[in-house]
Amino acid sequence: MSARDDILRRVREALDGVSPAVEVPPAPRAPDRGDLVALFVERVEDYRAVVTRCTAAGLGGAVADALDGRSSVVPPGLDLEVVGSLVDDGLTAVELDAIDAVVTRAAVGIAETGTIVMDHQPDQGRRAISLVPDLHVCIVDAVQVVADVPDAIALLDPARPLTWISGPSATSDIELDRVEGVHGPRTLHVVLVG
Amino acid sequence: MRVALQVTCVNDAMFPDTGKAVVRLLRRLGVDVDFPGAQTCCGQPMVNTGYLDEAVPVVRTFVDAFAGYDAIVTPSGSCAGSARHQHSIVAERSGDPALVAAVAETGPKTYELSEFLVDVLGVTDVGAHFPHRVTYHPTCHSLRMLGVGDRPQRLLEAVRGITLVDLPQANECCGFGGTFALKNADTSVAMGADKARHVRDTGAEVLVAGDNSCLMHIGGMLSRQRAGVRVMHLAEILASTEESAGDPEPDNPLVEEVAQRPSRDQGDEGDFR
Amino acid sequence: MSATFVGMPAFPTAARAALGDTQLRRNMAHATHTIREKRAAVVAEVEDWEDLRLAGAGVKEAALRDLATHLETLEASLTRAGATVHWARDAEEACAIVARITHAHGVDEVVKVKSMATAEIGLNEALEAEGIAAWETDLAELIVQLGDDLPSHILVPAIHRNRAEIREIFRRRMGDVGRAAPGGLTDDPTALAGAAREHLREKFLGAKVAVSGANFAVADSGTLVVVESEGNGRMCLTLPEVLISVVGIEKVVATWSDLDPMLRLLPRSSTGERMNPYTSTWSGVTPGDGPQEVHVVLLDNGRTRALADDVGRQALRCIRCSACLNVCPVYERTGGHAYGSVYPGPIGAILNPLLRGVEDEQTASLPYASSLCGACFEVCPVRIDIPSVLVDQRAAVVDSHRDDRVPKAEAVAMKAAAWAFSDSRRLAWAEKASGLGGRVLRRFGRTTLPGGRAAAGRLPGPGAGWTGARDLPAPPEESFRAWWDRTGGGQSEGGHS
Repeated sequence: MSARDDILRRVREALDGVSPAVEVPPAPRAPDRGDLVALFVERVEDYRAVVTRCTAAGLGGAVADALDGRSSVVPPGLDLEVVGSLVDDGLTAVELDAIDAVVTRAAVGIAETGTIVMDHQPDQGRRAISLVPDLHVCIVDAVQVVADVPDAIALLDPARPLTWISGPSATSDIELDRVEGVHGPRTLHVVLVG
Repeated sequence: MRVALQVTCVNDAMFPDTGKAVVRLLRRLGVDVDFPGAQTCCGQPMVNTGYLDEAVPVVRTFVDAFAGYDAIVTPSGSCAGSARHQHSIVAERSGDPALVAAVAETGPKTYELSEFLVDVLGVTDVGAHFPHRVTYHPTCHSLRMLGVGDRPQRLLEAVRGITLVDLPQANECCGFGGTFALKNADTSVAMGADKARHVRDTGAEVLVAGDNSCLMHIGGMLSRQRAGVRVMHLAEILASTEESAGDPEPDNPLVEEVAQRPSRDQGDEGDFR
Repeated sequence: MSATFVGMPAFPTAARAALGDTQLRRNMAHATHTIREKRAAVVAEVEDWEDLRLAGAGVKEAALRDLATHLETLEASLTRAGATVHWARDAEEACAIVARITHAHGVDEVVKVKSMATAEIGLNEALEAEGIAAWETDLAELIVQLGDDLPSHILVPAIHRNRAEIREIFRRRMGDVGRAAPGGLTDDPTALAGAAREHLREKFLGAKVAVSGANFAVADSGTLVVVESEGNGRMCLTLPEVLISVVGIEKVVATWSDLDPMLRLLPRSSTGERMNPYTSTWSGVTPGDGPQEVHVVLLDNGRTRALADDVGRQALRCIRCSACLNVCPVYERTGGHAYGSVYPGPIGAILNPLLRGVEDEQTASLPYASSLCGACFEVCPVRIDIPSVLVDQRAAVVDSHRDDRVPKAEAVAMKAAAWAFSDSRRLAWAEKASGLGGRVLRRFGRTTLPGGRAAAGRLPGPGAGWTGARDLPAPPEESFRAWWDRTGGGQSEGGHS
């Protein structure tokens, strides 16, 4: 018998006589917290990420300020011209490691947890480009901000790779005290439009 | 209402004053409490050590002794928890439908003392008087298994003359844990040492709790440290009145006997009554 | 690596040694109290936390109760998404699959995301025997690996080390296996994290094969989920060409939307954060993005044994958050090594016997490594009633010895107690005997409890377990029952009734 069939047989034997019917209560919703965008900003900043707010017209300037002259890479589908930036065309990890920053969009912002979710569409690019450079400038539109995790889950397509980002890379591995800055980008700069 | 006292095996054999205090307290509140003589133990020592078969006759004795009462009051969160949450496990194990049915009757009628006072009798001021500095330790089974909440504190706050001080890290286990105290004595003592330290930090002269088994452990450590803190069951404080204040343990022949011991015994102890 | 849990003594013995390690006691008390406070604060923020727990428990329980169906669905979804699915009955089979895939790509090293499943099966040691170096990339795992140490916590395997010890390990050992720690390294956690970043960078950038676990496996979409903090997970899941994920069969949830309660429960319970820094999800292969060859090894290794246990089954709901460890008063004092397993603490005390059985003495000691205080159940995000499972596993231990030719002293004592407790007349007789013992103690004893009651100090023999550190009150001359009989329930005593 193959391992597969053996394991499935064991599972069925283990559950012989056990009813599969389980009532799963619905997960509760967070109460209405009012201004979602303000909450999102507060919660993102709580992770010691940088947040700047701008208008659609001011976006280019805000991104340039965030980059402050650093070298950068952008995904091929980014709807913003970033002066001097390299457009990703399949850069190797080593090549990405030599670049200071990355500018991307995002798919969803979650107010309750201060989380940005990327679904790696062309305006966000491959997963590697928003991982290897040390500064991630992430553009989030105010209309992309939802209240809580279930709202984000409902909007996202599990067939796509997803990266949920809550602040810069961090660790609690030393005495269970949180410090920022390990392997992922050590600085997360969120530019919130609108 | 027919009310039975389940005194618990530990109190019966080791701490009879607690049982007497419950009787005094309940009579003062107008409850004619009975002590069914056929009772022994709730079976928890066997169950919690894994001896389920051995617990079957003990649980049978329990339900036989308490059948027909409207309420079973016990001065122990742990034993109340045993009756309410563990008797069904033992009954299932026995395979005896009659026992399963019997524990379903007695379990919900079993109340820990503070639950009975607050929920059934509806009192928080029991007319007690106890002019001492006291700190309260919520034992794990009353806190987490039964969920007695702040009922004991509310009862204590209403006691005349009492100075009730908060115990740091109060919700942490003292390390007794039944046979855990013997099977893992080192860990048990390490936990108890921290609990004793927190008790001492309060400056209280009395540590009160709703379970004498936990108090035997913490009190045993405090005694070994010559800490000058004694332990008392909640029932004994609630039973104290102004009239009994000068005579805290009126029914205890031990106090007299200890006082009469040869003087060489006093070498161990500075503050000796 | 030579460190191993094999041959560890039973818990009471291992705990005794650990309790004497002052550095360990200090480190554990500090770390567990820090995380307890953080967890309590973020859990208090969620008004319906109890409802969220019920939802999380329901999602996991429903998946377990129909596990065969969900596993088949998962296999089909993963295959459709371009992943190759393998099945492993036990540790040996799982390790062999990983080694075979690695060899097929002609490499002699892999990078690893922290994973309990691969720690459980001893993958690193198995790969080493095959000539493959497995580099742990999680900071705490790196500390354990460099220190030739053993993990002592599910989430933070180096919880028993403080910053000064970590600095020493980095200074001494990093250079042996790659980029050395920078000169002048301090014990500032930020500097230590920075040293790990520099040390592992070259490994991430050059790795061809990565090995991970998964926090969740979504059956309907074929999605695996890794929840992490540092970005080492993202590095391993994104940069290498080949990704092998070893996933316990209990990690399955039925649908994509089932992730909702889980992703809200896990971070708050584990690191005490509203959300962990990074969560990665992927479904098979995404052309042009990330590993182009994706393997998933579905692992049994005792899980079907636990599944068959009607009381213990709930332990398979565990999402490895570690909240039960962090609040456990036993774990706080002994640390994790005393449990002799990669799964320490309250969940380890039930999971190890459920996965392995209670035949060996070490595993059989674990269900007793608890005072049954219930703090673990109170914090468990998927409502595993750990105290009840502990008691049930104790019964399993006792039952496994029922046919012993020579019964243990404990069994004899329990039978004697049960005999006495089965009839109140026998109990009354025993109380009379203990009262006589008490009379002896009162006459000749030299110890007095605060308040004036006579007590036993240090006793020899079986009494030593109690009286080594605790005075024992002398039994009263008259039991409650005898008093009741003598006085008619106190009615014949004046004054006080």
